[in-house]
Amino acid sequence: MSDLFEKYEGKLPKKVLVELKEATKGLKSPEVKKTLERVYGEFVANKAVPGEAVGIIAAQSIGEPGTQMTMRTFHYAGVAELAVPQGLPRFIEIVDLRKEPSMPVMEIYLTDSIRKDEEKVIAFAERLENVPLSDIATVEEDFAKKRITITFNEMRLNEHGLTVEDAIKKIEKAVRRKAKEKKDNNLVFEPGFNTLRSLRKFVDRIHETKLCGVKGIRKAVVLQEHDGSGWYIKTDGSNLAAVLKMAEVEPSRVYTNHIREIEDVLGIEAARNAVLIEAKAVLDGQGLKVNPRHVMLVADVMCYDGQVRPIGRQGVSGSKSSVFARAAFEETVKHLHAASIKGQKDMLTGITENIIIGQTIPVGTGLVKLGMKQGK
Amino acid sequence: MEGASVYLNGKLIGFHNKPTELVENLRRKRRAGALPHELNAAYYAENDEVYINTDAGRARRPLLVLENGKLKLTQKHIEELKADKIGWKDLLNEGVVEYLDSEEEENAYIAVREEDATPEHTHVEVHPSLMLGVVAACAPFPDHNSSPRVTMASAMLKQALGVYQSNYALRMDTQSHVMHYPQKPLARTKHAEIIGSNDRPAGQNIVLAIMPFGGYNMEDALILNKASVERGLGRTTFYRTYTAEERRYPGGQKDRFELPKPEIQGYRGDEAYRFLGEDGIILPECKVDGGDVLIGKTSPPRFLEEVGELSMIEEKRRENSVTLRPSEAGDVDAVIVTEATTGNKLVKVRVRSLKIPEIGDKFASRHGQKGVVGMIVPQHDMPFTENGITPDIIMNPHAVPSRMTVGHVLEVLGSKAVSLEGEDFLNATAFDRLDYGGLKKMLLKHGFRHDGKEVLYNGVTGEKIEAEIFIGVCYYQRLKHLVSNKIHARSRGPVQILTRQPTEGRAREGGLRFGEMERDTLIGHGTSMLLLERLLKESDIVTELICEKCGTIAVDDQIRKKQYCPICESTNVKPIEMSYAFKLLLNELKALNIRPKVVLEDKA
Repeated sequence: MSDLFEKYEGKLPKKVLVELKEATKGLKSPEVKKTLERVYGEFVANKAVPGEAVGIIAAQSIGEPGTQMTMRTFHYAGVAELAVPQGLPRFIEIVDLRKEPSMPVMEIYLTDSIRKDEEKVIAFAERLENVPLSDIATVEEDFAKKRITITFNEMRLNEHGLTVEDAIKKIEKAVRRKAKEKKDNNLVFEPGFNTLRSLRKFVDRIHETKLCGVKGIRKAVVLQEHDGSGWYIKTDGSNLAAVLKMAEVEPSRVYTNHIREIEDVLGIEAARNAVLIEAKAVLDGQGLKVNPRHVMLVADVMCYDGQVRPIGRQGVSGSKSSVFARAAFEETVKHLHAASIKGQKDMLTGITENIIIGQTIPVGTGLVKLGMKQGK
Repeated sequence: MEGASVYLNGKLIGFHNKPTELVENLRRKRRAGALPHELNAAYYAENDEVYINTDAGRARRPLLVLENGKLKLTQKHIEELKADKIGWKDLLNEGVVEYLDSEEEENAYIAVREEDATPEHTHVEVHPSLMLGVVAACAPFPDHNSSPRVTMASAMLKQALGVYQSNYALRMDTQSHVMHYPQKPLARTKHAEIIGSNDRPAGQNIVLAIMPFGGYNMEDALILNKASVERGLGRTTFYRTYTAEERRYPGGQKDRFELPKPEIQGYRGDEAYRFLGEDGIILPECKVDGGDVLIGKTSPPRFLEEVGELSMIEEKRRENSVTLRPSEAGDVDAVIVTEATTGNKLVKVRVRSLKIPEIGDKFASRHGQKGVVGMIVPQHDMPFTENGITPDIIMNPHAVPSRMTVGHVLEVLGSKAVSLEGEDFLNATAFDRLDYGGLKKMLLKHGFRHDGKEVLYNGVTGEKIEAEIFIGVCYYQRLKHLVSNKIHARSRGPVQILTRQPTEGRAREGGLRFGEMERDTLIGHGTSMLLLERLLKESDIVTELICEKCGTIAVDDQIRKKQYCPICESTNVKPIEMSYAFKLLLNELKALNIRPKVVLEDKA
C-alpha cells in the first residue's frame, strides 16, 4: 500500500499525500491506485503552463467581477454588529495596506473553561473595553483657583469592576501628581501651574486617562458562537499583541482584520494568510466567485519580500526591478533621474520593458527560444 | 423681542405680533395691485418667521387664485380672453392669476384640477402638465410612459432632423440638416403648438407594425420599407459650411485667396483645384468630392527666408487651402464673400449633400424608443394587411414590455383612429385625460379591431402570419446620428510627426486605438507575436543603427555610403528594430541630461 504512495512522492505536494492517506484508509489497493491516478491527473491538469501570464490573468479575474462590486457599505443598527466596510472600499484598503484599517475588528475566543459561561465572558469583555475617565466621573475645573475636582460615579465604577482607590491610583500615575485631597467620591488636584494653558492641557490629560481595558479596544460585544457551544467577543479596535498575552484567551482562535498587526505579531506567513482571507472574504461577501488562487497570487506578490507591501507606487509597483517598468507606471521623471544617477541597468526581463522597446514579451509564445547545438 | 421675525430679501427688518395677518394683508394688497406682483410673502409657523421676497432670481410659477373654493377666473374672463379683449397681464393685475415662488408655495394648498378644489385650497394649477419642462411636455403621453423613457425622449427630441429655422437657406451654419418632407405629428400636445414646433416640425407620421422580421430588427433595430424611403421617408439634406479668412501676419504679410501655382510649397496637384475660379474661390453648384479644394489660399512662409540673389527676399509661400472633408461629398450650395470683424476678406462656402436613410441611421419615436435601421426591405417583401397596407417601419415587440412605454402604444392606436376618422389631430398633452373609449369606437366604426391588431400576410410567401400584428400610425423622427458621418476604417494612412504613430480620429483618417485593456488580453493569452505586431509592426516600427561599442544611435550617411557612430566614430554598428516612441524616449532622455546606452546582445 505504502509503495503506492511512494510512487507519488515528489510528484504531489506532501500535504495532499497526507490527506490522501487519511482519506483512503480502508480502501482496497486497486481503489487507492485509481484514486491516486485521478488526483494526480487533476493536479497536472490544474498546473499553470510554463509561460502562462498568471499575473495578468489574476488581475483580470479579480478586476472584472470587481466592477460589479457595489460601492454600498452596510450599516448595522444596534450594538450586536459592527459596521466593517465591505466591497470595494474594503478591498482597496487591503491591497493598499492602510496603516490602520478604517474599522479594525477582533474576534476573541476564550479558553474552554470560560467560553461556555456567558457571565464570565461578559465580565472579561468589560475588562477589554477601554474606559476613559470622562465615562465614569465628572471633571470640574476652577480656573480662578486653579483647581480641578473629579467626582466619581460609583454606579459606573462598579460596572467596570473598579474601586475609587483603583481609579485614584491610576489617575495619579497617569498625571504623575499626587492629589491634593481625597474625600468620599471626590478627588481634588491643584497642580500648581501658573499659566492657564498648561492647566487646560492638564485637564485634557485627565479626561483622556484610561482607567482600564486594553489599549486600542474601544468596544467589546459578546456574541454566541455559530454552533451555539459558547460565547466569543467581537471588538471595535484591535490590539493583537496585548490580547494574546491574556491568560483567559485561547490564542489559536484569536482573529483580527488588521493585517499590519498580524505581520508585526505573527510574522510574514500569517500576514500572507491574512491578506488572502480578508480579500477572499470581501469577494465572497459580494457574491463574486473568484478562484482563490488568483487572490493567493496577489497575497504572495504582496509578501514575497519578507514584509507586506501595498500594491501601488509605495509598494509592489514602485519597487519593480526594471527602470522602464517603474517609469511607465508613475512618477516617470523621478525614476529616470534616480536611475541615471545610480547608473542603473535595465535587464529587460519583464513585460512592460519589452513592450516599450518593441521586443517580444517573455510570456507565452515569446518565452520559447530556439537554440542550436554546435559541433557534433 | 416679541413676535415673529420678519425678513425682507433675507435681511431681518423687524418683528410682528400677527404674522399670519401680515402675510395675508400683503397678499391681498398684491392681488389688488397695490403691491407689485413680483412680491412674495411666506410665513413659517414652526420657526415663527416671515419671509418677504422682492429680489430677482427666484424661480416662480403662475397659478390660478382660488378664493373660498371658487376660482377668481370667471366665464366672463374666458370669453374676453377669447375675444382678445384682455390678456395675461390683465389677469395678473386683477389677481386672477399670480406667481408664487418656492417660499410662498410652502403656504399654499394647490388643487391639481378645478374639480378637486375645496374651500381649504388656495390655488389651482393652470394645467397639471406644467409640472413638465418645455421639452418633456412636447412629447406625447409622457404621463403614460416610464420616467426614464420620458427623459430619453426629451433628449432625442432635440436631435431630430426637421426644419430647424425657416430661414435656413440664408444661414451659414457650420453644420445643419433640413428634412425634405416634414409633417406635423398626428399626436400633438398643446405645448408643442405653443412653442411653434408644429410650424417647423421634425419628423413624419409613418405606418408602424410591431413584429419581428427575420432577426433584422433584433436589439432595437428597425426595418424600413424601401418604397417609403424612395418616396422620401426620412430624407434630409446635410449642409456644412467651410470658412477661410485672409489673415494678416506681423511684418505686413497676409494670406491670399488665389489659385495656387504649381511651384508653391505643398501644391495639391491640378486635379484638386479644378473647380476654382480666378479668385481662388469655388463656383456654386460644383460637384465636389473629399479632398477637393473649396477655397484656394496661400500663406506667407513661417520663417523669413535667407536673402536670395540680388538681395531680394525670395517669397516661398505655403499652400493653405480649405478642402472638403475627406469622408464627405456633395454640391456647392452657396458661396459668400464678405468681411470679417477684423476687416479681413472672409469667404464662406456651404456644401450640400443629400442624406437618404440607409442601414445604420438612427430613428426614434417620441417615447424614448430609439433604434438603428437594420434592413431596408423592398415593398413586395414587406408584410401587408387585408387592405394592402404595408408598414413603413417594423419595430421589434421586445422593445415594449420591459420599457413600459405605454404612451407609444397609445400613440399608435390613437393616431390610427384619428387618421381613419379624418380628424386633424389627437390630443396627447400630458394629464389631459385620454378618451380611450372614443378611440375604440372610431376604430370599430371603420371596420378595424378596437385593439389596433390586424391580420398580416408574409410579403415573401403570401402566407397568413399566425399572430395578429399591432399596426398603426406613429410619429417617427430621424435623429442626427447618420452612419455616413461616422463610418470609418483604415489600413494605412497618416502618422503623427512626433511619434510616427497613426493619427487619431475619423477626421484625420486615424487608426483605431489598441488600448491598454486590449493589450492586457493579448498578454493574458500569451500571444507574444500578435502583440508585437499590433503594438510595433502596425504602428511606429523603425530600424535604427546602434553603435555596438558605446550604445548610442549611429548615423547612416548615404552620400558617403558610410555608417558610423557620431560619438566614438566606430563603424561597428548594427541595425535594430524598435518603436519610434522608444527612439524618441532615448532622445528625450538626452535632453534631460541622461545618457542612455543600448547594450546589444545576441538573442537566445
